[in-house]
Amino acid sequence: MNEIWLMIGQRLLLGLLTLFIISVVIFGATELLPGDLARELLGQSATEETLAALREQLGLNDPAPLRYWNWLTGVLQGDFGVSMATKKPISELVGARLGNTLFLALYAAALSVPLSLLLGVLAALWRNSIFDRASNALALTAISFPEFFVAYILVLWLAQTGLFPSMVRITSATTTGDLLYSAFLPALTLTLVVTAHMMRMTRAAIINLLASPYIEMARLKGLSPMRVVLRHAVPNALAPIINVVALNLAYLITGVVVVEVVFVYPGLGQLMIDAVTNRDIAVVQAIALIFASAYVLLNLIADVLSTITNPRLMHRK
Amino acid sequence: MTILLSIIVGLGLFFLVGFAGRTALQAAAPAHHKPMFREMPLTASFGLAVILFYVAVAILAPAIAPFGEGEVLGAQYLPWAAPHYLGTDKLGRDMLTRLIYGARNTVGIAFATTALAFVVGSVLGIWAALVGGRLDQFLSRFVDALMAIPALIFSLLLLTIFGTSVLTLILVIAAVDATRVYRLARSVAQGIVVMDYIEAARLRGEGIWRLIRREILPNAMAPLVAEFGLRFCFVFLSISALSFLGLGIKPPTADWGSMVRENATLITFGDITPLLPAGAIALLTVAVNFVVDWQLHRASGLKE
Repeated sequence: MNEIWLMIGQRLLLGLLTLFIISVVIFGATELLPGDLARELLGQSATEETLAALREQLGLNDPAPLRYWNWLTGVLQGDFGVSMATKKPISELVGARLGNTLFLALYAAALSVPLSLLLGVLAALWRNSIFDRASNALALTAISFPEFFVAYILVLWLAQTGLFPSMVRITSATTTGDLLYSAFLPALTLTLVVTAHMMRMTRAAIINLLASPYIEMARLKGLSPMRVVLRHAVPNALAPIINVVALNLAYLITGVVVVEVVFVYPGLGQLMIDAVTNRDIAVVQAIALIFASAYVLLNLIADVLSTITNPRLMHRK
Repeated sequence: MTILLSIIVGLGLFFLVGFAGRTALQAAAPAHHKPMFREMPLTASFGLAVILFYVAVAILAPAIAPFGEGEVLGAQYLPWAAPHYLGTDKLGRDMLTRLIYGARNTVGIAFATTALAFVVGSVLGIWAALVGGRLDQFLSRFVDALMAIPALIFSLLLLTIFGTSVLTLILVIAAVDATRVYRLARSVAQGIVVMDYIEAARLRGEGIWRLIRREILPNAMAPLVAEFGLRFCFVFLSISALSFLGLGIKPPTADWGSMVRENATLITFGDITPLLPAGAIALLTVAVNFVVDWQLHRASGLKE
């Protein structure tokens, strides 16, 4: 048991290091600008006074390391600074929307993970059958589709007929049931986009194992194909499957950006796009940091879980 | 019912294009390449035919488009009827014309971006593998740090800082993608730099640039070409997504991503016109994926 905690501690430290580097990159990116950030944001026609005022507001007169330190300590206390476009504290803007985005991502994950695992196992079980070939071709096609194409096809088919709403409105009066119903189309879009990849990788991981001698042994003992796959192949294929699932959940987090815009879903992605359009750098930095942290966290969990599922890695001598 | 019908028509077209493409390629290919095309799966010949079609449309755009790229011709959102076979858009521009020019703009920009990412990424990757030591450590750790941030998020951050124009779009996406190419090129090159012929070439006194270009690159070509196809899909989809979000290629330049965005309201009225540019994006990506799949299969020497 101690080994597990030791490993988790190690991974956590590594994750923190990664996060630190990410924060440096996100903050330092503004330093790449050849000229002055204030002039770049306000354009050539800005007067010296407005430039000076903006520099003062952004704290551009301080040296970069000091600004980074102030920013980082602020972020650690939940203070991301003030949005330039709306003059509101960023934590207030982000706070309300973070929950919505997480809800959408979790909703899509709850739909896509069981579905893709089931399809992947079935495709491996009946490989080279019509089902396998058709699902493979469909998966390859789905991977190639831009998210907004999938989204609009769903709108055309499911929202046109009045089955589901094509826009999501969230107010304080919205109950969870309403939310599940009205966010169904965005969640389904995300599900379709990530399921293909997860399914293909699940199938590949299981088929890889089916060639090993111990599977042949199990077959020769006369076990049913279903039992061979479920009891003998899947537990050993868990590590790659967990990694693929984590990769796709991480993808979900960035994938929400486009889907939120299509369905006018009040989440972080929309906020980020608005901020990019207004060149509201502080907001973009804050959201980028949140997305990147989620990404790091998911990879960390996947790393720990896939180690735990493999006894050979757990009891390494 | 219409769904079933469109699936049948789609499958029919797929087989038709696939067979026709295979026959045509076989006839046109030089003698020593003929066997390769004879054993080509239907998906791959379909993909190749579609890619060639897109390239032809992109090159011949001004000749085949019925109207000018930015020409405003009449009322907005006209239905599908001659002379506007696919109707008109929000500003009354001919949809078909803009679709055709979109092939030139969207695909052209995506191709240029991928090519740039490849030149930068592979040269740096091979250089790092060849020189090794501190340079390799520095470049690789730097790339690791950049890759820890999701690609779309990092592109959005850079676009905020540098502003949104076509040039910055190309540079930003190329920079983000070059990190992925760097990883692959470095790992491929690491297997090559330890070969005896590289040692011999070094002893002959060949410079770094000549080593990269003449000794390593030709031997690293196969995996890099397959990666080029995959990267192209990825770049193409990200550029379309950014254009769709209003942060990429801007009007009046005809571009498939922004065409979907501009005309999206039609979908709520059951009009499928805005889906055409999105479908054009999807079809090209599927085609490239099919061809890459086939090439990877061939390169790996697997037989079913």
